[in-house]
Amino acid sequence: MMNEIFISTMLLTFKLAFVTTVILLILGTCIAYYLFVAKSHVKPLIETIVSMPLVLPPTVLGFYLLVAFSQENFLGRFLQEYFGFRLTFTFAGLVFGSVIFSLPFMVHPIQNGLAALPKSLSEAATILGKSKVNIFFKILLPNIKPSLLTGVVITFAHTIGEFGVVLMIGGNIPQKTRVASLAVYDQVESLNYHEANKYALTLFVISFCVLLLVYIVNKKYFAKGFR
Amino acid sequence: MIHIDIVKPLNLASGLMDLEVDIKINDGAFVAFYGQSGAGKTTLLRILSGLETPKEGKIEVDGEVWFDSSTKINKPAQKRGVGFVFQDFALFPNMTVKENLLYALKKGDTKTYVDEVMEVVGLSELHARYPYQLSGGQKQRVALARAVVCKPKILLLDEPLSALDAQMRSKLQDKLLEVHKLFGMTTVLVSHDVGEIFKLCGDVVWIENGHIKSKGTPKQIFFKHKTSAAFEFIGELLEITKNEMIYILVLHVGHEVIKTIATKDEIVGLNIGDRVRVITKSFHPIIEKL
Repeated sequence: MMNEIFISTMLLTFKLAFVTTVILLILGTCIAYYLFVAKSHVKPLIETIVSMPLVLPPTVLGFYLLVAFSQENFLGRFLQEYFGFRLTFTFAGLVFGSVIFSLPFMVHPIQNGLAALPKSLSEAATILGKSKVNIFFKILLPNIKPSLLTGVVITFAHTIGEFGVVLMIGGNIPQKTRVASLAVYDQVESLNYHEANKYALTLFVISFCVLLLVYIVNKKYFAKGFR
Repeated sequence: MIHIDIVKPLNLASGLMDLEVDIKINDGAFVAFYGQSGAGKTTLLRILSGLETPKEGKIEVDGEVWFDSSTKINKPAQKRGVGFVFQDFALFPNMTVKENLLYALKKGDTKTYVDEVMEVVGLSELHARYPYQLSGGQKQRVALARAVVCKPKILLLDEPLSALDAQMRSKLQDKLLEVHKLFGMTTVLVSHDVGEIFKLCGDVVWIENGHIKSKGTPKQIFFKHKTSAAFEFIGELLEITKNEMIYILVLHVGHEVIKTIATKDEIVGLNIGDRVRVITKSFHPIIEKL
């Protein structure tokens, strides 16, 4: 019984991290590209919003998401009534919160990767008559693979490690919104140190391996002088 | 024929300055934009390619208007169809030599054309390599091949040889001449190397501080002072030391550091770091074959 709960909690955790990462890979790349090319006055504002989760306590973000999407308020009621869609205490809510909270971890590496490419690459492609879309997919993206990989892995790992936001918006419901990081806390509260350790150690080992892999792969990539 | 008549404000380290030029370039010519760095040569090349937009003026190529500030015409860089060789070569790191060229190939052209161009510039052996596996000279040849493979009417070269050593330069200058003869496109070379310009170009446009100082054939431009018995160099004064009655000057000329003497009268007003002209009347110089 205990084992089943452990497995389902871990699966939920990874499902959340996976879905969040896939959404962020697309969304984050778009935002990073916008920030890379934008010259408008709105750019600093968007950069600020993207970076806010880095400085805000997760509970602050979670709190506002909870308030915004609660059934007591307009937005939450609107989503529920017109779309039958609920973000508080649901898996969708966890994903939404995680996407916002991990946004800088995806956007920053990609934005930096794009900025580090020599400007002459896109200029050369422009002169060869290529469209912006073509340049984006054929020249820019393939040459920032290490940044994409960094973004993906850090986002994945960060989502697994998320605590505050998922606690606030998910509500720590067993088998539904209780992810591994919450389970650790839960088990410690009930003085189940052995169970807590199972979750904690799994998270520790996975995070370590994932990060190690990124650094090894990126090192090989750079050693090849690919960039 | 290319006719450029434009004004573009430049923001340089030395302050604000207007690039203001009016040049005509004949079909099939090999022209050099010569001048010190920061004179506006590269900007002019980028304006011609469409990468930068002038403030006002007109660019006309073979009767077609590429840019006209009065009618707000500005043909985008994508549609101008020029060939451009960048100073840093700008090879796409994710593509092999051949893929770089195939990417540049116009739709409808046969892929065998890529092989032909690779043959001309001597890249056939290297076709499967990635840019990071190439030497500077090889990269330069790929950049040249990539610029040529889309059959441009105009080829623009932004100091393409400045990063290479003297021997490689000379070899690639021959290659540039060969390519120019073979394809016959109008070619503009940005360079501050007089020797290179003599070897390659039929015409020179000397640009200084954003304005044309003079234009003509290399001989007309660089042999202006007809005192043929004298050598003349421009150098930078590095050091002045007093040695009994005379002064010893250390100068940086070209790639050499030389010592010369001067009298007390001659060093008046000279400071370290000044640019100076050194003229020596040499009626019987020693010339050795290298």
